[in-house]
Amino acid sequence: MTELGMRAGDDGALDGGRLATADRMADTPAFTGGWRIVATKEFRDHVRSMRFLVLVILLSLAGLASVHAASGPIRDAADTATRTPSIFLYLFTLAPQRIPAFHEFIGLLGPLLGIALGFDAINGERSQRTLPRLVAQPIFRDEIINGKFVAGIATIATALAAVMAIVGGYGALRLGIGPTWAEFARVVAFYLVAVVYIALWLALAILFSTWSRRAATAALASLAIWLVMTMFAGLIAGVVADAVHSVDANSPVEEVLANARLELTIRRLSPDQLYQDATGVLLNPSRQSTGIVVTDQSAALPSSLSLFDSLVLAWWQLVVLVAGTVVIFAVAYSIFMRQEVRA
Amino acid sequence: MTTTTIASDTAPAERVATPVISTHGLTKQYGEHTAVDGLDLTIRPGEVFGLLGPNGAGKTTTILMLLGLTEPTAGSAEVLGHDPTREPLLVKSRVGYLPDEVGFYDDLTARENLRYTAALDRVPRREAEDRIDAILDDVGLFDDGDRLVGEYSRGMRQRLGVADALVKQPSLLILDEPTVNIDPEGVRELLLLVERLRTDQGVTVVLSSHLLHQVQQVCDRIGIFVAGRLRACGTIDELASDLDDRWVFTVGLSGIDEPLAVLRGLDGVGSVERGESGWVVHSDVDLRPFLHRAVTDAGGQLTHLTRRSADLDAIYHRYFGGDDD
Repeated sequence: MTELGMRAGDDGALDGGRLATADRMADTPAFTGGWRIVATKEFRDHVRSMRFLVLVILLSLAGLASVHAASGPIRDAADTATRTPSIFLYLFTLAPQRIPAFHEFIGLLGPLLGIALGFDAINGERSQRTLPRLVAQPIFRDEIINGKFVAGIATIATALAAVMAIVGGYGALRLGIGPTWAEFARVVAFYLVAVVYIALWLALAILFSTWSRRAATAALASLAIWLVMTMFAGLIAGVVADAVHSVDANSPVEEVLANARLELTIRRLSPDQLYQDATGVLLNPSRQSTGIVVTDQSAALPSSLSLFDSLVLAWWQLVVLVAGTVVIFAVAYSIFMRQEVRA
Repeated sequence: MTTTTIASDTAPAERVATPVISTHGLTKQYGEHTAVDGLDLTIRPGEVFGLLGPNGAGKTTTILMLLGLTEPTAGSAEVLGHDPTREPLLVKSRVGYLPDEVGFYDDLTARENLRYTAALDRVPRREAEDRIDAILDDVGLFDDGDRLVGEYSRGMRQRLGVADALVKQPSLLILDEPTVNIDPEGVRELLLLVERLRTDQGVTVVLSSHLLHQVQQVCDRIGIFVAGRLRACGTIDELASDLDDRWVFTVGLSGIDEPLAVLRGLDGVGSVERGESGWVVHSDVDLRPFLHRAVTDAGGQLTHLTRRSADLDAIYHRYFGGDDD
């Protein structure tokens, strides 16, 4: 069109010139926001999917079980104690009767939600042969993977909000009291950290979905990492720590501490531990440290922290979780951008 | 006044002449393998162009480069006035593309699939509904529009693929192997649809296929692709006249004792064999001016003489070495 305009202009044809300008304007509509169209479609697909329903039910049931178990002792304690701080938050952190606390459950099962939403993000488009059609539309290629990631995060946020509303509502009914504003703020902070944590697993699953052409392979690879990180990380860390600093009943305190510190350091290579550290502090105003607490210390500092102080305490865990999510997604992004449409 | 008239007359003429697609030395290499090798191609507006060649000849790679979906190793392309590598969105917003073995989201209905495409093409929602209705009607899927694509047959998917490519109301339609996997009736309907699009809406169509018989009915011109190179390009007649053994005659003789010797004795005659209705003579030159005299000199008569028109099979064998299927 440009070429035509110039040529027509050289000939002194006003009509031609005007035509070319009009054409060029018609030619450059705004192609911005393609990722939003992708995200809208993906989000709708996610929330209508069976996976989503199954996982929300699973998380809700697990959450209800742990909150139900926690609410009993809380009621007993509330009856006796005159001024127990942050009763409501105990719903999410108390783990009596060997049932994990709610935030531990999310740490364990949350990744499944992220993996379920991401493991076939890209290879699914390939195996259904929809990718060539998709990239032939006027959108930038990265808008496909960006849109899918955003849709996944939005879905996680929705699912977790639903689960926490159900679980928190049930807990409030059992206790007969709702959260104070300060407690509510802490619950929201916990919620945001949990969304980031699950988004990290989403990013990992998307990474595998760009790397492996088969959805089943991507799902299994993601699940393998999930198992190692959540189930075996503690075992491995314990074995390594014992090998370096062997302890028995007669070991000096320094050695026992060194063992415990090493174990924790190794465990923190797992996003699960980072999440547990951060949410443990955020949901418990009296927790003064994300590290190892010796009984003397906790007795020495009985006061409870403000939310801001708790955030400062969990700062680097939060940074690492966000950075990890971004880095994993960036790797997936660059793999996807280098791939041929017909790979 | 006169000059002005001429100028305004030439402007539209020039516009018609501006090619929809033009490539110069377009090349794509995957490592050592050259998928497309120095392609020079010009496709004019309103034309139905057939990209013909066996599987793996570089047709799909060429199409991907024209859409800016893969970068050429060398050379350049211009599609609807834009460089697909530098301005892919401008190209893609005006080019409808039916990929080879098109796929859809099986758990969505046909309409939902098309709505997604329309949204990506930035078609306003209400207009999209009208367009989708009209297009589904065009491809004969109107009554099946609300069924899940997972329930569709292959032929229906192929037709839905065409519908999908039409949602953006393209100026150029690129169909990659559109007739594969569909029954003869489906092929006929599809080709009729292509014809209709060209005549009614002036859409330029590029159609890739490995089946010459099917595409020659609708294609104005055909480009023959072999091993990444454009071996020949033109109308069927032009391609036929390019063939080496273009002079093939069927000759009926009577009253000659040694017909074979007479025919072989002519200048330029290559081979002579006995056919069903006479002698089949392959020649490098046109025999018609000499044949009659030679036969009369030998004391016989020419009972009939027909030039065999170059047929599709001959073209096919010439370029693809007989490995057509």
